[in-house]
Amino acid sequence: MKIKKNIAISESGFIFNPTTGDSFSTNPIGFEIIHLLKEDKNKDEIKQTILNRYAVDESTFEKDFYDFSTLLQNSQIAED
Amino acid sequence: MEKLRYERPVVKKLNTGMMNKFGTRTEYNPVTHIDGVSVKGLIEKYGSPLFVISERTIRQTYQDCKRAFTNRYPRVQMAWSYKTNYINAVCNVFHQEGSWAEVVSGFEYNKALQNGVPGNKIIFNGPDKTDNDLKLAIDHNSLIHIDHLDELYRLMEITKEVNKRPRVAIRVNMDTGVYPMWDRFGFNYETGQAWDAINKIILNDQMDLVGLHCHIGTFMLTANAYAIAASKLADLAYHIHAKFNKKISYIDLGGGFASKNTLRGSYLQGNVSSPSFDDYAEAICSALLNAEYSKQELPLLILETGRALIDDAGSLCGTVLANKRLSDGRRATIMDFGVNILFTSFWYEHKLSPAQEFSHYTEDGVVYGPLCMNIDVIRENITLPPMKKGDNVVVHSVGAYNMTQWMQFIAMRPNVVMIDMDSKVHLIRNKETLEYINNIEEMPAYLKEFNLS
Ligand SMILES: Cc1ncc(COP(=O)(O)O)c(C=O)c1O
Repeated sequence: MKIKKNIAISESGFIFNPTTGDSFSTNPIGFEIIHLLKEDKNKDEIKQTILNRYAVDESTFEKDFYDFSTLLQNSQIAED
Repeated sequence: MEKLRYERPVVKKLNTGMMNKFGTRTEYNPVTHIDGVSVKGLIEKYGSPLFVISERTIRQTYQDCKRAFTNRYPRVQMAWSYKTNYINAVCNVFHQEGSWAEVVSGFEYNKALQNGVPGNKIIFNGPDKTDNDLKLAIDHNSLIHIDHLDELYRLMEITKEVNKRPRVAIRVNMDTGVYPMWDRFGFNYETGQAWDAINKIILNDQMDLVGLHCHIGTFMLTANAYAIAASKLADLAYHIHAKFNKKISYIDLGGGFASKNTLRGSYLQGNVSSPSFDDYAEAICSALLNAEYSKQELPLLILETGRALIDDAGSLCGTVLANKRLSDGRRATIMDFGVNILFTSFWYEHKLSPAQEFSHYTEDGVVYGPLCMNIDVIRENITLPPMKKGDNVVVHSVGAYNMTQWMQFIAMRPNVVMIDMDSKVHLIRNKETLEYINNIEEMPAYLKEFNLS
C-alpha cells in the first residue's frame, strides 16, 4: 500500500487531497504510520517500528493496522 | 525506555461548514473518577458493568429542588417516587432528606413500610391496588389516591367492611396544552368526571377527601403546563369549599420535571432545553398563590418528582468488548452493557465518557450492547476518541428508571454501589447469581433426567 503522490500532510496531522478537495485529520500514531508509508516501509517494518515504540501487543496492532489501511484507501489517501 | 501510550490509529474526514452548534466537545473529557473514587478501581473491585450512585449528588439535587419551591411557597412536601429508583439505600437518602414515599403497587407500598416510612406519609397511587393493598393502606392511614370509578366503588365497599374512614384524594387528568394528553389515569377535569367523583365521595361520607392529585406527564419541557395544572386543581378545591364547605388540605402535582439528559433526536442538548427547578417552581407557586382557593388557606404543595432528582446521581461504568467496522464505514464499539440494563437508551442520547486519558482525535460511530439483537443500540451516532478492548467508559445520568426497569437477560444484573458523602463506597445491591435465578424455578420430576450419550 502506498500514500498517493499528491497528498499533502502537515505536521499537525492535517491531510489534504487536492484531487478531491477533501481534508482529514489523524492522531499522532496515524500520522507516524502515514509517514512510514510515505517512506515506502512495508507492513512488517511498520509493525516492528510501532511495537518498539508503543505499549501494544502484536495482535491488537495488526487488527488496528488492517482497519486503518482500509480507512486510508476508502478515503483515497492511499492506494494498493 | 518506557513505551508510549498506545492509541488506535484513526483518520477522520473534516466536514467544513458543519461545525457543532455549541463549539465545545463536551463528550471528550475523560472521567477517571466519580466523587473522588477511581472508576478503574471500582470496576476492579465490583466488576463491570457497574451502577454507581453518588449520595452527594442526590442530596445536592434534592436540596436545590426543595429550595426552589420553599423560596416561593411556604408549604412544600416532597414524596419520593419509588418506581424511579427503589433500591432501599437510595430511598432512604431521600427519606433522610425529609421525603415521604409515593408508591404505585403493593410491592412498592411494602418496600416503603419496611424502609420505615410511617404509613401516614405514604401516598398510594396507580390503577392497580388489590383489596389487600387497599386494606393495608387504610390500616396504616395512608393517602389513597383513587384512579378510577371501579376503584372508588370498591373502596366504598371495603370501607364498610373494615369500618374505618380512609384519607383519600382523586387523581385528575386534564388538558394542560401539552400533547399527547395523559388521560389514561384518573378522572378528567374538562368533561366533569373529576367533579362527579368528588361529589360521590363527599356525599357518600365514608371517606375524607383530603387532597387533589395529578401527574400530567413525564419529561415535561414546558413549565407552564404545571401552572395550568395547579390552577385547575386549585379551582376544583375552591368549588369543593364553596359547595360543601370542605377544605382540601393538599394539592399534589405529581412528577414529570425534565432531567438534564438529551432526548433522542432532539436538536438541543438537554442541559440547554430543560427548564430548571426555578422555572417549574415559579410557574407552580405563582399559580397557587394567585388562585382563588389559596386566598382562604394555602394548601400543602406535594411533589412526586422522580427522574429530575435522581438521573444525575447515577452512572453506569462499563468496558469495551470489541471494535468493528460496519459496511458503511462507521466504527462500531461493543460494550459489555446492553439496553436490558440501560433501558433509557431508548429515550435519551446518553452522554458517554471514556474513563482513561486519550488524545483529542475522534471518530464517528455507533455504540452497541452485547445482546446479539438489533435493538441493542446504546448510541446511534456518537463521536468518541478511539477506544480499545478493555478500555472503560462512564455513561452519565442514568439514575432514573434503569435500576427498576432493567431486565435479567443472558447475564446477571450487575452490582450497584453508592459513594457516600466521604467518598466511601458501599455495595447497595448485589449482582444476581445463577443460584438466585434458579431458586425461583421449579423442575417437574419427569424432566429431571435426560440422556444425551
Ligand atoms: C403518579 C406518578 N408520580 C410521579 C412519577 C415520577 O415521574 P417523573 O420521574 O417523571 O418525575 C410518576 C412516573 O411515572 C407517576 O406515575
